Amino acid sequence: MNQVQPDSAEQLCDAIADAKRDGVRVEIRGGGSKARIGAPREARIVRTTGLSGVVAYDPAELVLTVRAGTPLAEVEALVAAERQMLAFEPFDHGPLFGAPAGAATIGGVIAAGVAGSGRVTAGSARDHLLGFTAVSGRSEVFVAGGKVVKNVTGFDLSKLVTGSWGRLVALTELTLKVLPRPRVSATLRLDGLGPAASCTAMMRALGSHAEVSAAARHPDGPTLFRVAGFEPSVVARCALLSQMLREFGPLQRLEEDMANALWRQAGTGSDLDGAMLWCIHVGPRRAPEVAARLASHARRVALDWGGGRIWASLDDPVVPVRSIARAAGGEALLLRAPDAVRATIPAQHPRAPGVAALEARVRRAFDPDGVFETGRFLDEEPAHAD
Amino acid sequence: MSIVMPVPDATALKNRDAIAAALRAIVPGDGVIDDPDALRPYESDGLTAYRQPPLVVVLPDSVEQVSAILRWCHAQGVKVVPRGSGTSLSGGALPLADAVLLGMGKFKKVLDIDYDERIAVVQPGVTNLAITQAVEGAGFYYAPDPSSQIACSIGGNVAENSGGVHCLKYGLTTNNVLGVELVLMDGEIVRLGGRHLDPAGLDLLGVVVGSEGLLGVVTEVTVRILPKPERARAILLGFPDAEQAGACVAQVIAEGIIPAGMEMMDKPAIHAAEAFVNVGYPLDVGALLIVEVDGPAAECDHLIVEIDRIADENGAVTRRISNSEVERLAFWAGRKAAFPAVGRLAPDYYCMDGTIPRRRLPDVLRRMEELSAHYGLGVANVFHAGDGNLHPLILYDANRPGELAKAEAFGNDILRLCVEMGGVLTGEHGVGVEKRDLMPAMFSEIDLQQQQRLKCAFDPQLLLNPGKVFPRLHRCAELGRVHVHGGRHAFPDIPRF
Ligand SMILES: Cc1cc2nc3c(=O)[nH]c(=O)nc-3n(C[C@H](O)[C@H](O)[C@H](O)COP(=O)(O)OP(=O)(O)OC[C@H]3O[C@@H](n4cnc5c(N)ncnc54)[C@H](O)[C@@H]3O)c2cc1C
Repeated sequence: MNQVQPDSAEQLCDAIADAKRDGVRVEIRGGGSKARIGAPREARIVRTTGLSGVVAYDPAELVLTVRAGTPLAEVEALVAAERQMLAFEPFDHGPLFGAPAGAATIGGVIAAGVAGSGRVTAGSARDHLLGFTAVSGRSEVFVAGGKVVKNVTGFDLSKLVTGSWGRLVALTELTLKVLPRPRVSATLRLDGLGPAASCTAMMRALGSHAEVSAAARHPDGPTLFRVAGFEPSVVARCALLSQMLREFGPLQRLEEDMANALWRQAGTGSDLDGAMLWCIHVGPRRAPEVAARLASHARRVALDWGGGRIWASLDDPVVPVRSIARAAGGEALLLRAPDAVRATIPAQHPRAPGVAALEARVRRAFDPDGVFETGRFLDEEPAHAD
Repeated sequence: MSIVMPVPDATALKNRDAIAAALRAIVPGDGVIDDPDALRPYESDGLTAYRQPPLVVVLPDSVEQVSAILRWCHAQGVKVVPRGSGTSLSGGALPLADAVLLGMGKFKKVLDIDYDERIAVVQPGVTNLAITQAVEGAGFYYAPDPSSQIACSIGGNVAENSGGVHCLKYGLTTNNVLGVELVLMDGEIVRLGGRHLDPAGLDLLGVVVGSEGLLGVVTEVTVRILPKPERARAILLGFPDAEQAGACVAQVIAEGIIPAGMEMMDKPAIHAAEAFVNVGYPLDVGALLIVEVDGPAAECDHLIVEIDRIADENGAVTRRISNSEVERLAFWAGRKAAFPAVGRLAPDYYCMDGTIPRRRLPDVLRRMEELSAHYGLGVANVFHAGDGNLHPLILYDANRPGELAKAEAFGNDILRLCVEMGGVLTGEHGVGVEKRDLMPAMFSEIDLQQQQRLKCAFDPQLLLNPGKVFPRLHRCAELGRVHVHGGRHAFPDIPRF
């Protein structure tokens, strides 16, 4: 059986125990919106989509508990109805691979550590997971963290499972911190800046009292700033920002629909056509240098997080994107590539040997048999069938 | 003193002189302390009911020395307890009779400040406040602000994942740290995180923060710094009882306002604070709330009026808005002095630290009153109201036989109550020694064993800060046991450790 869909944590435990007995690896899959990230691989797919639904939501406490297979869109609609949000701005990656949006699950978003443009000021997925229930590679159900917004009891395993890509545990239930949605959100646009000037402007804005919540440079050129909060504050801060950045040119406030479309393109990598899609994380001051070195190779480049995240789409698989990132003190994640490229270039940026060894020991602490090691990240011993 | 520490290793005790000599070869000069009188200042941290002089103290001043010390201790099987400024309230830095106490006090340098990227790189012995002092000239600050900030070190903050009154809006230490340099127990030096966000691979940085000195020794920290808010304003609110104050807090948040700070005090705490600092707190109220907003002037001026309205709707009988910095600081003076003020009510006090869902506050306070009567000990409450983090201060007299034990039993009952109400054992002070044996109230044996396996990945011989956090330390070999079917492992190609 190549795919199973358990309906409870206990069934999920059994699925993992069965796979071990059968000597096959397990790939935990939510909506499968990012299944094409990482090397092509063979594994038994254990779907989390049967573990769906809201367990508890208490808006006044800013806490939401949901099952891991709940569609992201459902979670977002639920909190939006209470004028709240997931402040790390998760998004659906289906469109990156030509699939419609809607498949992404909340478990997948957490397991991949996905965050949008607001991450630069509101924090990432890691900063909003308060606790969880999961099944380890030992096929044991365990809990960690708590269901309140402030907690330091025991090791902070919530951080560890966020962005662990299904290699430590299968998440079954998540407790998330939610926050009020800003009453007003204004997007200001600044035209005509190249990447270097744009980064200077973005860093200045992020370090100022204008309290911009996001800053990005759209692939077509405009630099975008978001100012969100209560009306009188937004008005005052927009004025401050315009004044502070006047040497760069006039700022123009955008209509909401137009603004949302631009943020989506600058902040989620969508609409960046090209066979290869890279996502580079770098200290923002070095972003112009990376952008300059990519300029002659890349089809489209977007800067997000004030320059700290660079999306680049290319056609040519041999461009040394990873060394360009490394030379600037950053690192590069390969999100989209043809199968042959994915089979040889690891999706994740390689770590220093000491850190890689420590990570491997940590993985074995949760998954002693390596049942979750599908070979997807090309950093384990060869994962051929026995 | 109800917590039993592990039985000291006789060999280490016997080899004390040789251990001191070996450490002197690594850290020359006055960096090794073994004179019994000179050890005394190190015998406890902020949890002063527990005292134990260490085997020896070593005070290195470079990462190379830290690495050499740990490598040597690892090879010899000698235990190590890391220490920052020794202000932990949970006994995290409590020495062990058979362990080297590794003091990080000489790591005092601010290494790099980058205002464009809004980060500061500092050594772990730099105090929390010193980071802000290093960057405030340029209009920046470091946001997490534990009340102990003049004394506590950033290394200790990382180990405890410390918070402060501003953490509802700005987060705990973990949300403000970008990277660390860490020395593992075997002496290996690793860098986790760094100058950019969301590095590839497992978030080991995230789990090192809050690991209470059990996973490694932090030798460098990269923190995020923020532009100092243009303005801060506070409002002082008195309510007939905690229920109404709690309803006010809930409505503030429901209306979409996340204040910079939101602190509550109960009647005993209000009276103690007012008697101590005389700032004009109302004495006829059951609960006092201080709400602070910060940010652009336009925002503060708008929000403070909104909060005033919400307080009025929830039955506040005192409402005073700060109109100057002097006034704002006066509102805070009583809250900031709450611990020493309560300290005047009794010879000793014991500070607890649980978190509850905020809506359970009235139930928790009622039950606490019953417990107070049962134990015959007074209690005053200060409360980080925005995030549900409760600090009951239990009053006792250590000189009266049995009172310390009674205070501890009372404290344990309060923490169990927090868990029963859907909360947790500790919101910011850590488990340490103090709450170690209460961990089973929150976690099953399976949960705890999974946490301990993580410890084994970092420190398989369990030499770093043993006796803390886990009620029972299992040997790593015992925890690592896996079921082997038919005499073979499921995946023989996967390396095992
Ligand atoms: C009056 C008072 C008020 C306080 N207020 C608050 C508050 O508002 N909020 C709050 O969160 N806490 C508060 N605390 C608790 C305490 O100040 C914090 O836990 C602080 O972070 C401890 O820092 P320290 O440098 O004193 O660490 P220590 O007490 O020396 O050590 C604490 C723990 O950290 C480990 N450690 C220290 N340095 C390192 C290192 N370099 N590498 C690895 N491990 C290390 C130790 O082993 C120990 O487990 C308060 C304490 C006092 C006494």
